[in-house]
Amino acid sequence: MKSHKKAKLVLEDGSVYDGYSFGYSESSAGEVVFNTGMAGYPQSLTDPSYAGQILIFTYPLIGNYGVGSKKQDENLLPLNFESDKIHVKGVIVSEYCQEHNHWDSESSFEEWLIKNKIPGIHGIDTRALTIKIREKGVMLGKIIVDDKEIEFYNPNHENQVKSVSRKDVKIIGNGKYKIIAVDCGMKYNQVRCLLKHDVTLKIVPWDYDFNKEEYEGLFLSNGPGDPIQCQVTIDNIKKAMELKKPIFGICLGNQLLALAAGAKTYKLKYGHRSQNQPCVITLNTENHEKKGFITSQNHGFAVDKKTLPKEWEELFYNANDNTNEGIKHKTLPFFSVQFHPEGFCGPKDTGYLFEEFIKMIKMSKINNSY
Amino acid sequence: MSNEKTKMKIKKVILLGSGGLSIGQAGEFDYSGSQAIKALKEEGVKIILVNPNIATIQTSKGFADEVYFLPVTKEFVERIIIKEKPDGILLGFGGQTALNCGIELYNSGVLGKYNVKVLGTQVETIIVTEDKGMFAEALGKIDVKVPKSVNASTIDEGIQAANKIGYPVIVRIGYALGGLGSGFCNNEDELNTLLKEALTHSNQILIEESLKGWKEIEYEVMRDSYDNCMTVCNMENFDPLGIHTGESIVIAPSQTLTDNEYQQLRDLSIKVIRHLGIVGECNIQFALDPYSEEYRVIEVNARLSRSSALASKATGYPLAFIAAKLAVGYSLIDIPNPITGTTKTFFEPAMDYVVVKMPRWDHDKFKNVDRVIGSSMKSVGEVMGIGRKFEEALQKAIRMTHPGNIGLVSERFDLSSCFGNGECVKENEKCVTESIDKELKNPTDKRVFAIAKAFEEGYSVEKIFDITKIDKWFLYKLKNIIEISNELKKYNQKENNQQDYIKESNHSQKNCSQEILSTLPTELLKTAKQHGFSDKQIGKCITGKSDVKTMMLIRDIRKKAEIIPVIKQIDTLGAEYPCKTNYLYLTYNGTKDDVVVKEGMNGVIVLGSGAYSIGSSVEFDWCCVECVKTLRKENLPSIVINYNPETVSTDYDECDRLYFDELSLEVVLDIYEKENPIGIIVSVGGQIPNNLALQLAKCGVKILGTDAKIIDMVEDRHKFSNLLDELGVDQPEWKELTDMSEIKRFCSTVGYPILIRPSYVLSGAAMNVAYEEGDLDRYLHKATQLSKEHPIVLTKFITGAKEIDVDAVASKGEIKIYMISEHVENAGVHSGDATLVTPPQKLYLETVHRIKKIIKQIIKHLKITGPVNFQFLAKDNNIKIIECNLRASRSFPFVSKVYDINMIEAATKAILGKEVERIDTKAFDFNYVGVKAPQFSFTRLRGADPQLGVEMSSTGEVACLGDDMEEAFLKALMSTGFKLPKNTILLSTGDVKQKAKLLDSVKKLAEKGYMLYGTKGTADFYNMHGIQMEVLHWPLENKKPNVMEYMKNRKIDLVINIPKSNERIELSNDYTIRRTAADFSIPLITNMQCAKLFVEAICNYNENDLKVKSCNEYHKAMNE
Repeated sequence: MKSHKKAKLVLEDGSVYDGYSFGYSESSAGEVVFNTGMAGYPQSLTDPSYAGQILIFTYPLIGNYGVGSKKQDENLLPLNFESDKIHVKGVIVSEYCQEHNHWDSESSFEEWLIKNKIPGIHGIDTRALTIKIREKGVMLGKIIVDDKEIEFYNPNHENQVKSVSRKDVKIIGNGKYKIIAVDCGMKYNQVRCLLKHDVTLKIVPWDYDFNKEEYEGLFLSNGPGDPIQCQVTIDNIKKAMELKKPIFGICLGNQLLALAAGAKTYKLKYGHRSQNQPCVITLNTENHEKKGFITSQNHGFAVDKKTLPKEWEELFYNANDNTNEGIKHKTLPFFSVQFHPEGFCGPKDTGYLFEEFIKMIKMSKINNSY
Repeated sequence: MSNEKTKMKIKKVILLGSGGLSIGQAGEFDYSGSQAIKALKEEGVKIILVNPNIATIQTSKGFADEVYFLPVTKEFVERIIIKEKPDGILLGFGGQTALNCGIELYNSGVLGKYNVKVLGTQVETIIVTEDKGMFAEALGKIDVKVPKSVNASTIDEGIQAANKIGYPVIVRIGYALGGLGSGFCNNEDELNTLLKEALTHSNQILIEESLKGWKEIEYEVMRDSYDNCMTVCNMENFDPLGIHTGESIVIAPSQTLTDNEYQQLRDLSIKVIRHLGIVGECNIQFALDPYSEEYRVIEVNARLSRSSALASKATGYPLAFIAAKLAVGYSLIDIPNPITGTTKTFFEPAMDYVVVKMPRWDHDKFKNVDRVIGSSMKSVGEVMGIGRKFEEALQKAIRMTHPGNIGLVSERFDLSSCFGNGECVKENEKCVTESIDKELKNPTDKRVFAIAKAFEEGYSVEKIFDITKIDKWFLYKLKNIIEISNELKKYNQKENNQQDYIKESNHSQKNCSQEILSTLPTELLKTAKQHGFSDKQIGKCITGKSDVKTMMLIRDIRKKAEIIPVIKQIDTLGAEYPCKTNYLYLTYNGTKDDVVVKEGMNGVIVLGSGAYSIGSSVEFDWCCVECVKTLRKENLPSIVINYNPETVSTDYDECDRLYFDELSLEVVLDIYEKENPIGIIVSVGGQIPNNLALQLAKCGVKILGTDAKIIDMVEDRHKFSNLLDELGVDQPEWKELTDMSEIKRFCSTVGYPILIRPSYVLSGAAMNVAYEEGDLDRYLHKATQLSKEHPIVLTKFITGAKEIDVDAVASKGEIKIYMISEHVENAGVHSGDATLVTPPQKLYLETVHRIKKIIKQIIKHLKITGPVNFQFLAKDNNIKIIECNLRASRSFPFVSKVYDINMIEAATKAILGKEVERIDTKAFDFNYVGVKAPQFSFTRLRGADPQLGVEMSSTGEVACLGDDMEEAFLKALMSTGFKLPKNTILLSTGDVKQKAKLLDSVKKLAEKGYMLYGTKGTADFYNMHGIQMEVLHWPLENKKPNVMEYMKNRKIDLVINIPKSNERIELSNDYTIRRTAADFSIPLITNMQCAKLFVEAICNYNENDLKVKSCNEYHKAMNE
């Protein structure tokens, strides 16, 4: 067994947790959040929504199956990751697995962190730490390695979307329906889920003005940070809504659509970061408020449902804490969800929403052709 | 609970239980049934429970509205349905027994005829999941893969099938017992050879694709009638496919699966469950290729199962409770999560710890049993270790399976394998390697220790993987443990400085502790504790000893170094939401307790029974639960420590604080120090807590009830014997000896037969009876090492005596309640295997008087407070005491329920120093009788000799009430699965004396019109006495008509085989008859007294004469 040098985690409230350094050996600061998923660490860490954050895994054994190969699908998207790099600022675990084993793994968890220059700390009572964050709310923190002191860093004061969004336009697929996808930190699996359909996907940067373009549907991706930092995107969406073409948003996309509609967002005490969130669909079902889905989530901000304009309604709510999990325009083909129907990591039980979006596009095309 | 009315208007439900505990169907169904009852009671539904398992919690007062202690068979349940007129039935909470009974009720049209609605999963769906062909077809429709298999009846067909499937393949033979002729084939040559052999046995051959080495993964799935679907938990087997999941170490959640694999199997689970239309809970098993994402669905259990009980305990999610709610129409979204109170049950639990389940085997209890573990289940119980490292959880689990285990140490392997075969006594290198390889290839109950030994012998992870196909991830973890042991051994005082160590033993403990402390790095000690090392195990590495003294030394050291465990909560949500319940465990992988102990909480710790094993099972769980209930009534916070996932006592709502952790001195002390309770109750959890009493007391722990020194005095053979002499109470003559000539002298003085009890038992040998000197030589040579440290105990074995059990409650030396049960079998049959009758029907009044006098005397002398159990031998009013236990006994729930007097409630009150009402059961007029019968699992235990003896071998028990002894006895017998003979009975009734004793009974059978067969001597004897009996030749004789042919062709409805008292040849004709009866599930009676009673009973009663009366009806009649 390898022994590691000591490291410490310092929180903004002054508390200090002693542990051991692993991964890249460097101090790092960010916002400390926790995720309760039990598998899927390669996907979580490459999820751009985590930009600026230090992630606690509440599951105590991380790294068991190493890190998967770089194999790609037919659109050259890596199958084992959600973006091209690790987005978290640091990793906090109870135990990281030193001896991994899996047929598809190419490196160990630690090697991968080192390669991506991401520090980790292990030997932490992650449960005690999580309870603290649950009680006091998310807070800033830093992993200190080799006593190298650094300042705290608040990712919410910066435009995180700008840093994770693509800088250029990319077109993938050659299908019947043209969809503009606004990349605010778009996960690869959202791209994949859209490409399963007969679409041409034009992925554009977060501040790209797509209103001059021809398209049939608008997709708003997930992304990190406070949605109000993305005023440019919100303004673009407002303009797009005038065209009455189908819009579908996920996660940050839900918040941006709500803001464009005139509703407000707020910061949750400690967010939803897990693969087991129950969401109840409120509309259009036989068994009203009896039908739910287990969803994968990663967000720190939420839509304030009380501020929804009257032509909008709630589509999903969280069965645990009753927070908003999706909105829908009462008459126009606009909808969005706070959770991740594409899963990865986590369940894909709501994957049918991508089909709903495509159906809307088809319908709206038929309607518009009159 | 939501106020919303459930959609179904169900008023009265019949709930089928699982009957007596047997291998593969144990305590988990008491858990699931009692949860279902709790869930439905909340809905105001009346519950009628059918379960002959009297020791269960679900059959206790305050649960079901009516309880029928009757066989769970179509015939009895139909009569109960007619009587009770329920509008619904629950089939999913009583294991395979309930499910099979439900299918029969459905197929025979009973449910339809009486308008009984099946709640939850419908029978049509259940039938699909139970039929291999229909199941494969159903899954084929939704493109879900099942193992490929093709039928063949010729060699050509077989080879074609294999070519279609692809090698390697498995050849299976239809209707063959014990896998005869089955096997793996890697190529056509091998297949050709095997098929030739197989086709001589049967012309129905199944060629199946081999999934050898694939991972075995299970999911627990919930679905409501609104089609909401979710998985509660997944679990991964440590052993690859091929070893029954009941025989494998199981870990939750899965450890080696990526999110892709996890979600793929999860999606498939939901897809399958939706397609099949399950409502409630079910379990689905997968095989997953370790080198790709290929999978196969192995099976779906459309009911609560052992795995679902485990998942429930592993996650805290009350599966059975919720499943019952879903069965009456609730949606998952309606029901709040009882753990948090704020969130909903519609979510998938997130664990922030791991659990390791380990089976408990009791192979040593069975003669001739095949120890190899494989595709059929043989374990009799299980345990669950919880930790924040795999190593921590695993080592806890290892210790939980046997109180003597100190952790993952190789010594546990050496014993069985290197000495066991008798040839290789000395440990030489070749022998070690050979036995390791053999064990790794053909695993037995010692497999995990063999892996430890292999690592010690320098085997690589690669090499062990090549042989076992156990995922390397697990092997790395085991290796970690061995490496830490090796690291610790570097600080072994003895090896470092042998001379000093010898001197050192004269040192005071304090000096010694300081010495070790000064050299042993704190970091290493902490690492060891974090990886689940016990103090004894660390002590063993450092000092070579693992006794209590060494343990206390290490404890002292680590406490000085401030290495103490923290308390963590199981909350279902990975700390995301606060939780209300106190479902707790200890871990060294943390820095902060989740819960605090308030000043003046004044809790009482109750120690549970640990793993179910032969001799300790659900009855002690009942005692534990009833004790906790009484504490609650007395407004005392209850703290339970137990680690058995099959129990009700480990339901977090049964007590105020549940520590799902070890029942070892170390851990109980840790919890005691954290909780600072008023005291500990050690007398309701069977032998494990009882054995801890003295050690705990020595550490300053307050033992509630009878003084720990008294417990020790009674447990210590010498002290207790002296006491009896002092009190003038008679006991069978006995001696503890180490010298062979002394042994022989003792035996010839008191006379044979002699009961031999080795104090140090090697594999495969335990108690035995010597009928003559020759036996003595054989047993002592074979099984035991005679030495000063390991003496043997010899006791005069009294034949022809009656055995009597007395259960009593005392307070400060005064007897408050006592209840007497008599054994049907004469002494010599272990009391756990005996048929008990209460109130006694055949005891002399004088015997009862004398017994009462003795127990009063002992209770008074020892100032006993709490439960106590005595066992007596009675021969012609001569009373000898053979056992005294200062704890609740196996028969406490039986007598409590027969008499409707809660003995544990009374005992607990006494323990707490409260007033206990004196009850004299003699004052009641009993117009009914209770009979308790043993439940055996011999069919599962290949090779084991199904006969009764001094070692206990039953896995469970049932008990029924009747108007008289015969009626209750027949009901009880039938409750164990015994089918009354229709036409034919085979007799083989021992020596002439025994044959003569049975003469009257055999006559009655003949008069009743049974067709009687006998082995040569038996038939000759009875023919001579004018009874017609046809001769069947012995199994080992190659003559027809043969016993074997008749049994295998099911021409025999019942076998009465009375073994000759001094039978020696283990693989004799008699053994073969008994074993064949077990293999072909032919009812078997092997005891003279039972045979006589049985004949009386079937001559007086037909099945339809047996009354269908609920427990309440009997009790009411008593009070009238």
